[in-house]
Amino acid sequence: MVTRSYMSRREVEQQRFSIPVTVLAPVGAVLLQVLLPRVFHGLAILDLPFVVTLFFAISRRSPIAGTATGAVIGLMQDVLTGQPIGVNGMAKSVIGYAGASLGSRIDVDNTATRALLAFGFSLLQSVLLYLIERRLLGIRAFHLLWLHELLRAAANTAVAVPVCLLLDFTKHRE
Amino acid sequence: MDFLRQYKNALFLIAVLLAQAIALAVQVRRPLDAAQPDGPSVRLIRMWAMTAVTPVERVTHAIDSGVGHAWSDYIDLRHVRQQNKELQQQLMRVRIDEAAIAEDALQGRRLQAMLGFRESYVGSTVAAQVIGASGSEQSHMLTIDKGSRDGLKPDMAVITQDGVVGKLRDVFPTTSEVLEINDQSSGAGVLLASTRIRAILRGTLTGRVQIGNLTADSRIQPGEQVLTSGGDQVYPRGLAVGVVESIAPDPDHQPYTAIRVKPAVDLDRVEEVLVITVMQPDLTAAAQQDLSAAAAQHAADLSAERLPGIHDDETAGAASGAATATPAANAPAVIPHPLPTMHPDRFSSGSVPPASAMTPGGANSAPSGQQSGPPQAQPQSGATK
Repeated sequence: MVTRSYMSRREVEQQRFSIPVTVLAPVGAVLLQVLLPRVFHGLAILDLPFVVTLFFAISRRSPIAGTATGAVIGLMQDVLTGQPIGVNGMAKSVIGYAGASLGSRIDVDNTATRALLAFGFSLLQSVLLYLIERRLLGIRAFHLLWLHELLRAAANTAVAVPVCLLLDFTKHRE
Repeated sequence: MDFLRQYKNALFLIAVLLAQAIALAVQVRRPLDAAQPDGPSVRLIRMWAMTAVTPVERVTHAIDSGVGHAWSDYIDLRHVRQQNKELQQQLMRVRIDEAAIAEDALQGRRLQAMLGFRESYVGSTVAAQVIGASGSEQSHMLTIDKGSRDGLKPDMAVITQDGVVGKLRDVFPTTSEVLEINDQSSGAGVLLASTRIRAILRGTLTGRVQIGNLTADSRIQPGEQVLTSGGDQVYPRGLAVGVVESIAPDPDHQPYTAIRVKPAVDLDRVEEVLVITVMQPDLTAAAQQDLSAAAAQHAADLSAERLPGIHDDETAGAASGAATATPAANAPAVIPHPLPTMHPDRFSSGSVPPASAMTPGGANSAPSGQQSGPPQAQPQSGATK
């Protein structure tokens, strides 16, 4: 009888990416996030860096790598938004960690699972940003608009599914 | 060691979060210099990031504007003739309105002079193109293609022909970041145009613009124009900010009201902006010339209206052209005459015929035509004899 632990599954299915993909995908996501709202302002509701963070986290299945990826992508986003550096960095660090931890326990190659993860983690990120802005930065005017956050989560999910399928082609399976 | 190995993932996360929390705490300290919201190290990081991103933004902006111009200048030319006619008609209306506005400006200047009021005027501006945005709903910032090399500095006002856009936040050598008025960290001193109430305008998290420091006032109605007050030392006085959209109680700050303002500028679609680089207490030389010309025209119009002409042709000539002429200077002496009598009787002027027309012992009654005729015609002909 074969017994498979979580650790062994993670070790077997841990996926790697080439350096160009590791660098260009996050940078491209951050750049697109800056450029797309100039074309159509409504696209500001999307969070492409979040999608890329989640994809790398659930694919690598390493919490440390997920945390580091989320932190770097979030910090890049903060630098360009004019917000205090660390707001998105902290939120996406947690997303990367949680995504990688969950990715090592469930089948994340399934499209429906990915959609659920994207939706749930998008809401989690909204809550994290609320806590950071309201509690850490003390911005009293910061409110959590649930309907808007649900719309954001739906939009991120709609984008995350095809983007993840596209990025699947860049995987190096071991 | 086992503890570290067992919880290395969680410990790594905690370390990363802690480092960023400390970095946040350092950044949100109250800045000593209001013109430099970021510390030197953060500013340096932002400058590096902008330097890296700006070339990409310039290229995409060039492609976008190129395609847009090709479409709008060569392909999408429907209704252009109709628009041209409408614009010409609009221009005529504007020219007519301009005369009235010039008079209002003169009156305003006189009143300000009487009150010893000092006002800032736009001295010079630098035109810039928007090449990027923050890309986040929490932050409403624009990137423009002009920087410190073009004379820009933090806190300079950024406007368009429609009104206020925001102010410069970070200025780098070749680019600058504009903090829009609808950003949650933005603020401006404003004045409600008709009620003359001063207030503070702020951006909200959702990218709206609202006034939140006023209590309920029935005089404030939707549709009222909101202008800059000039009290914040950033925006010159009198620039259009927007119009009052709605008024509702502010649930977070009772008893104040949340007056939502619709910005005059479509902040989501700003393409070109003007950065006000110099504000001066007096009008520019060109503006003063325009104002002087308007004042001369105004004085000539008043003279033409008030001073009576001697002959019909002279009156017509004075009204048609000589704006700087002084009709009273070269005119012959005019004998003043009383106004016509409304109900003439035998004691009224003109009711008795001149002595030359009287015959001794005859019935010397006044001619009927002299009583009812226009009395001004008589003195005029008499004056020219």
